[in-house]
Amino acid sequence: MQPESLSFIFLNAFLINNFVLASFLGLCPFVGVSGKLNTAWPMGVAVIFVMLVASVCAYAINSILVYFGIEYLRLIAYIAVIASAVQLVEMTIKKFSPTLFRLLGVYLPLITTNCAILGMALFQTFNEYNFVQSIFYSLGAGFGFMLALVLMAGLREQLEFSNLPYVATSGAVAFMLAGLLSMVFMGFAGLGG
Amino acid sequence: MSSASKQDGPITYETFMSGAWKQNPVFSRLLGLCPALAVSNTAVNSLVMGLASSVVVICSSIIISLLRNVIPKQIRIAAYMIVIATFVTAVDYGIHALSLELYDALGAFILLIVVNCMILGQCESHASKHRVTTAAVNAGGTAAGFTAALLMIGSIREILGFGTFFGITVFGEGFQTWAIFVLPPGGFFVLAVWLIIFAMVQRRKEMSARPQSARSGKEVVHAT
Repeated sequence: MQPESLSFIFLNAFLINNFVLASFLGLCPFVGVSGKLNTAWPMGVAVIFVMLVASVCAYAINSILVYFGIEYLRLIAYIAVIASAVQLVEMTIKKFSPTLFRLLGVYLPLITTNCAILGMALFQTFNEYNFVQSIFYSLGAGFGFMLALVLMAGLREQLEFSNLPYVATSGAVAFMLAGLLSMVFMGFAGLGG
Repeated sequence: MSSASKQDGPITYETFMSGAWKQNPVFSRLLGLCPALAVSNTAVNSLVMGLASSVVVICSSIIISLLRNVIPKQIRIAAYMIVIATFVTAVDYGIHALSLELYDALGAFILLIVVNCMILGQCESHASKHRVTTAAVNAGGTAAGFTAALLMIGSIREILGFGTFFGITVFGEGFQTWAIFVLPPGGFFVLAVWLIIFAMVQRRKEMSARPQSARSGKEVVHAT
């Protein structure tokens, strides 16, 4: 596959350089929301949506900033856009599913401080992707995040029935699992060829 | 002066230590994990990342504490983000000017300090409710705790993964490096081990503070 091809960009963000397990982006929601499968799915979908909106907006904003030569405002502009996109998702979920809104709780507004989203916006800028490439990159990143979250939630649901030593209850086991998953994902490294 | 600031006691050792130890951002509250793992493959990177985050958290705590009566409650998060993003941009350009080598090693993660939940958490839960001096000292404690945690993770990963510490060779010729500790899984494993150690130390402290009867009662709960 060509490094520029759309399928490679998608696979790269989705599996090879998985945002959570290979780049350590978005760990807070990854540890926080991955306790139950029925919150992991909607959280993943919400993140995919925010990623897509943020990617399109970031591309547009970057073109404007480059045109005026004020790239140093990039960070502030990206943050503002992501915060608005998250607000939009929050209002939509609150309107259509109050139950889900309560389940996701504080982690929904915290998508704003999800480094995966800002990271995706920054990486697509640094890699100088064009518009279509940016969209594929953001989709790959979003689905990769959802995959990691759902895998982790499945493992942690099984873990609830096992008898853990008291020292391991404060998230240590979650990180051990994440380390093992991360080793599994290292196996995808040769996929791009 | 608002009513909240009148309740502030004098600044003590405790103001600093609560941020550094009891409420340690990484090991106790699990905040700011992304930079803690992503750039902690060598001790130097960890130290620079810790110091950069410290500058941002202390400066933004001071500004937010000064503005706490001006910022409307509804848009406070957005306002905090703007303040933090400003300082992060400054730090990013600062590191770029000082050392190109470090700038390349840390990459986008300097800009990603802005979404470090440790900083937003500190601004939201402490700086916005306390007067400037208290907020600055507590932010300093949190920053010290964060830097120490990063250095603890980074040192282990560098010693085991490269066989060096701050670039100085630690082991002899025959040492076989554990490449896994430099790669992403190693970060997760080292953090998990530190979390276990931290939980054990805190539990031992709680035990020695409790009377004998309560201690035995707690044992029963855990055994069931």
